[in-house]
Amino acid sequence: MSSMENQQPVAGNEGAVKPALSFLFFGKLSEVGIGDKIFRAVTGFFAFLILLLAVLTFVALFINSIPSIKAIGWKFLVSSEWDPIRQVFGAVPYVYGTLVSSFIALVIAVPLGLGIALFLTELAPMHLRAPVAFVVDILAAIPSVVYGLWGMFVLAPIMARYINPVMAKLIGAPFFVNTSIGLSFFSAGVILSIMILPTIISISRDVFEAVPNVYRESAKALGATDWETIQLSVLKSSKPGVVGAIMLGLGRALGETMAVTMVIGNNPQVTANLLAPGHSMAAVIANEFTEATGDVYLAALSEIGLLLMVITFFLNVGAHLLVWFTTRNYGRN
Amino acid sequence: MLNFDYQTRRSFTNKMMVFLCGFSAFLAFIPLASLLIYVVSQGLKDFNIGFFTHLPTAVGMPDGGMANAIVGTLQLIVISSLVGLPVGIFAGVYLSEFGKKSKFAWFVRFVADVLSGVPSIVTGIVAYTLIVKPMGHFSAIAGGVALGFMMIPIVTRTTEELVKLVPHSLREASWALGIPEWKTILSIIMRTAKNGILTGVLLSIARVAGETAPLLFTSFNNQFWAGPNEPTASLTVQIFTYAVSPFADWRAQAWTGALVLLLVVLTINIFAKMFFKDARSALR
Repeated sequence: MSSMENQQPVAGNEGAVKPALSFLFFGKLSEVGIGDKIFRAVTGFFAFLILLLAVLTFVALFINSIPSIKAIGWKFLVSSEWDPIRQVFGAVPYVYGTLVSSFIALVIAVPLGLGIALFLTELAPMHLRAPVAFVVDILAAIPSVVYGLWGMFVLAPIMARYINPVMAKLIGAPFFVNTSIGLSFFSAGVILSIMILPTIISISRDVFEAVPNVYRESAKALGATDWETIQLSVLKSSKPGVVGAIMLGLGRALGETMAVTMVIGNNPQVTANLLAPGHSMAAVIANEFTEATGDVYLAALSEIGLLLMVITFFLNVGAHLLVWFTTRNYGRN
Repeated sequence: MLNFDYQTRRSFTNKMMVFLCGFSAFLAFIPLASLLIYVVSQGLKDFNIGFFTHLPTAVGMPDGGMANAIVGTLQLIVISSLVGLPVGIFAGVYLSEFGKKSKFAWFVRFVADVLSGVPSIVTGIVAYTLIVKPMGHFSAIAGGVALGFMMIPIVTRTTEELVKLVPHSLREASWALGIPEWKTILSIIMRTAKNGILTGVLLSIARVAGETAPLLFTSFNNQFWAGPNEPTASLTVQIFTYAVSPFADWRAQAWTGALVLLLVVLTINIFAKMFFKDARSALR
């Protein structure tokens, strides 16, 4: 990383010398210039393809959604009726399910994730850091369909038998009314929280590590305890980056498909009861896309995809800007 | 005079918060342990040679396997690598070699980061629109393209990060020999960063090998062997189909499929980690 500074002057010199002298003294070197230009153009084109892919994603989704946008218009965003036979489509229950399950995931995963990230960067004894980091890496590597399988056959029964009754007793109506079904908004939120944990941990870890050690040392020098050091020097100065990490976690939760569709119950409804089965935007696309008959039906599913894309896109843009600003402030990159 | 209560409270808060941070690490371990135990214990029941060599059978028929789904997943990985790796590797090289200060490079980097957060099911719709719709049928090609799109941002960013680490003295040595820039990059810098690039490639393969959502309506599923231009089974879609079916023997096979998938994905990840360590220590 440190080699970056002494790089600039050399690169500058080389650019200035080559075109002036090369063709006079070394006839062959002029071909070199062409080779370099071609190479730069080719690799640059590949980089440009990335921008093209982003544009393509939006254009493809939009074109696919046109029949539904034309037929249904704004009602799509406010109606909760989804009836393929009558060609009436409203996205509300799906948007609701996605938001509610993702919100539950955040409530669980944010404190846990930040705690683990702090443990990894600030508190854990050295011999514990590697195994904890390893556990987090494995959590990140497990495919979502495997999470879904485990959620369906292990987590959901546990929720139905043990956790749901406890929640119903502890918090109760209107948010927790026991339904004795394991498949619910709540189960989806729990499994999502496990899945977004690695994202929150790894990003906030980067952000915490970017805080200069001088900050910690000055807090310690004033007699601060470990936790006070974290509060005063680590958390305070990395706040925007932590928000970014949470937003990236949220982005993951919103777009997660397989695990959610396997545990949320796939029942489109808007209800305050988190223990009832629900549905989600990604899940309805996964379940109905191949069976959608008729242009409007297929377009309505694409439009849900477009909606999901727009939400996650803005969330990601904001999150990356926040993380970028926070880590850049300390001159790390 | 110092307030004793105040000091005790500070020390108590400190101990409590430190404990909670450590405890949250322990909490994260519980679902992981439970998941691994279930996948291994349930998965081993049908884990035999037949699982790797037989085609799926109808409900109630013994000796079903996922041979075609395993090969299908390999097919999809090959196609997605053809789509995603060239773009990802060369875009990464461009960002690291030519894009230190340019606004264009900053923007590409940013868009790549944002693209890596696009929900995979959305990428599936894009591949459906681009390939399945014009061709009129599901195919491994469409699934591979969807997965390839997902690989691009991962490979780009890891390639960039690790090519950047190549010591500058190597470049200077190459320039001093009068070797043109493009040759320097291709045969010296990229060769030095080989293990780093491989890390990105392996990580992206591990990531897409476990993807289900974008395949549901691109490569779809198939009970038989299939060519690249036909609907193709994949390990992940097969696991999903079997898991949501009401039949006990299919569900048992879903667990075995999950075990195989998990072994593959974790192995690739471990190899990626090894190459990453090699790359870092070689480049430092």
